[in-house]
Amino acid sequence: MNTNNSNNKEVLLQIKDLHIDGFSDNKWHDIIKGVDLTLHKGEVLGLIGESGAGKSTLGLAAMGFARPGCRLKSGSIVFDGQELMGMKERNKRELWGTRIAYVAQSAAAAFNPAFRLMDQTIESGVRSNTMSEADAKKDARDLFEALQLPDPQNIGDRYPHQVSGGQLQRVMTAMAMSSRPDLIIFDEPTTALDVTTQVNVLAAIRKVVRQFNTAAIYITHDLAVVAQMADVIKVLRYGETMEEADTRKMLSHPEHPYTKSLWAVRSIEKTPEPKTENVLEIKNVTAAYGRGENVLHDVSINLPRGRTVAIVGESGSGKSTAARVVTGLLPPSQGSVLFNGEALPAKLSGRSVDQLRRIQMIYQSADTAMNPRHKVRDIIGRPLAFYHDVSGAELDKRVEELLNMIELDASYMDRFPGELSGGQKQRICIARAIAADPEVVICDEVTSALDQIVQEGILKLLLKLQKELNISYLFITHDIATVKAISDEIVVMYQGKVVEQGVKADIFSPPYPEYTELLLASVPEMDPDWLDKVLDADKIPLDAS
Amino acid sequence: MHPIISTVLKRLGLGLLTLFFVSIIIFSSVEMLPGDFGESVLGQAATEETVAAFRKELGLDKPAYQRYFDWIGAVAKGDLGTSFSGRAASGVDRSRRVVDLVVPRLKNTLFLAVMAAVIAVPLSLILGITAALFRNSFYDRSVNAFTLISISLPDFFVAYLLILFFASLKVLEPFGIVFPSLANISADMPLGERLFKSALPALTLTLVIVAHMMRMTRAAIINLLASPYIEMARLKGISKFKVIVHHALPNAWAPIVNVIAFNLAYLVVGVVIVEVVFVYPGIGQLMVDAVSTRDIPVVQACALIFAATYILLNLLADVVSIASNPRLLHPR
Repeated sequence: MNTNNSNNKEVLLQIKDLHIDGFSDNKWHDIIKGVDLTLHKGEVLGLIGESGAGKSTLGLAAMGFARPGCRLKSGSIVFDGQELMGMKERNKRELWGTRIAYVAQSAAAAFNPAFRLMDQTIESGVRSNTMSEADAKKDARDLFEALQLPDPQNIGDRYPHQVSGGQLQRVMTAMAMSSRPDLIIFDEPTTALDVTTQVNVLAAIRKVVRQFNTAAIYITHDLAVVAQMADVIKVLRYGETMEEADTRKMLSHPEHPYTKSLWAVRSIEKTPEPKTENVLEIKNVTAAYGRGENVLHDVSINLPRGRTVAIVGESGSGKSTAARVVTGLLPPSQGSVLFNGEALPAKLSGRSVDQLRRIQMIYQSADTAMNPRHKVRDIIGRPLAFYHDVSGAELDKRVEELLNMIELDASYMDRFPGELSGGQKQRICIARAIAADPEVVICDEVTSALDQIVQEGILKLLLKLQKELNISYLFITHDIATVKAISDEIVVMYQGKVVEQGVKADIFSPPYPEYTELLLASVPEMDPDWLDKVLDADKIPLDAS
Repeated sequence: MHPIISTVLKRLGLGLLTLFFVSIIIFSSVEMLPGDFGESVLGQAATEETVAAFRKELGLDKPAYQRYFDWIGAVAKGDLGTSFSGRAASGVDRSRRVVDLVVPRLKNTLFLAVMAAVIAVPLSLILGITAALFRNSFYDRSVNAFTLISISLPDFFVAYLLILFFASLKVLEPFGIVFPSLANISADMPLGERLFKSALPALTLTLVIVAHMMRMTRAAIINLLASPYIEMARLKGISKFKVIVHHALPNAWAPIVNVIAFNLAYLVVGVVIVEVVFVYPGIGQLMVDAVSTRDIPVVQACALIFAATYILLNLLADVVSIASNPRLLHPR
């Protein structure tokens, strides 16, 4: 796929000087500002950029589709000789699903919960009368098999909620493939998946795309992923092309300063500091939700004062449940949580205000963790008033100090969360946590929803605050690069158990326990040959997940 | 056992429990009614002894809790008791069993309710779906405005308007249709005549309940149109109409069915005013008459039937919403 022989191939899609407007705040803004794009038959173009760069908008425009609230303003989109700009939707529908297909980011949300997978997979093929229902079903089963789905003969009879996220994403690829389109738009197809699942999906997608010589636009914000998939990479920012080049050239010699900055982001790495006395000890904790099965099995984790312990694991490994036990939201069925050597009451309601103050939380989604009707002053001021009983001018002074600590100025005091960027919102959440003057802060995937450049800023801020205030972080994440950046010690969790724990250097050097090895081997690298190497080395069981 | 069946049984049990508590409330409210059947029948001239004897005959001299248990015990065995009226002091007992009073009236009410529902439910679903399909168009706005007006007008007013146009001014006379203003149907009428006589009350009820159901259908569908799987369906090239009917509607049943159940319950328990306007012999009229004559067994029976209707229809709505959720219907 990384062999580029596009010069002697036919052009499939030609976008010229495309402008797209989006409607917000009662006026039209330009989202895509004159982008050109050329895609040849059988070629894969990687489209990368941060959120808000216009990647998805551009990807959908390649189908002649604009989301509600957007409009294709000017330019031309020629697909296989047909101008999509200004074409009637009725005519565009004849292309959609049959000649151009779309694979959405969240398969779990993009499948209709009310229908069996098979019915949704063959919908396009049957609709376009290209094949009979029986043929389409047979073909779909073959595709399921090619995509290494378990039980390909029967998986189509299941409902979307009955299969895992990684499987759904592959079924969606089968759905896009079922009518053998000339072009597939992949819109961040692996972003919502765990790394160990992601490898399987990437390998499966690449296999079928090559097999049927399908052209694709592969949208992602992850450079390492796009390096595996694309022949050509196009970097997008604020709706404009920054740079476009062959994958290998782009990776080895990025030219535009913005591209270079993207490439350099993941370089922070904390130097681990010596161990101190434990501020928090999770001792042999077993916990379950309601009367369900145990989600945590005999978990013990120690957090030294002023240090960061990163808990890594996939979704469902029990990371967040461990955090809920520490905060008292979920009393454990066995075991206890010690704070400064003393057992904390298991239930939230049993803890004193001072005990509550010492443990604070920062959440993944800053958007939903703040009341949208409260101003920044109220959001940060609330813990100050609640825990420290300050008010009036003193409260304002403290809020201003906290804003300075998170590198924002006093002018932000009267803003609502809706008037802040994603990174600023997360900073406000950090300020709210440290306003309580805590000893332990639990960070639950705090950088996962942010762009890489913004992530870097947040991680640096957290490190700075740790130095100044001697706070301990229990840092929950699924991202290995983030772990390298922030942690002193690491806990690897899998299926509710602690697989491995120790200082960073030990965890990241062999010998590894089986699961740690799988986890580390699954993290994509910036090498275009990485996926081939991993698949050749046979380290990853392909039918897993 | 399939989880759906156990859920249904659980709901059914809860429904019976609710009905039991409601029966206590009904009994206590009737107890609190001012006045006394004995006095209201025998008149002010009756001596205290006569009244006491009469009360004793009706069992009104026993303590309230005992009367409650006598009543609820009999109801549990299917016996709604005997009406108070007709037991005049003449000595001849011409009283009738409550069942004989209630059942014909209930049949009439159900006839009217079914007739209105058969018109209103499909109508509001079609209006809701098409309004969602052409949302913000002139059609959508007109449908919204019209249904909003029809729900805002009091039901007796709608009823008199219909009488004015279709019975008095006879606007359909050129087509040979003049609806009667009185819907005094009886059991021995042929079906066609009953339908014809009930047309205006059924139309009134339809106008009153269509708005609620139609607006909920529209809102539930539009709410889903922003879902990624709807966008996915569109990008698979499926037509707008099929996207709404095939992809959105199956996921929108839960809220729609709840509103339908609520309105069907209204058709049984809330129609008394419409019955009065059209002199329709339904159960609502029976209950109002029974309250004014202090005919306690009839009042209690009617109230219990109303409560059971509410509970049963809501139970049905719950079951349909559960059954329309594939996560519950097809567990992992």
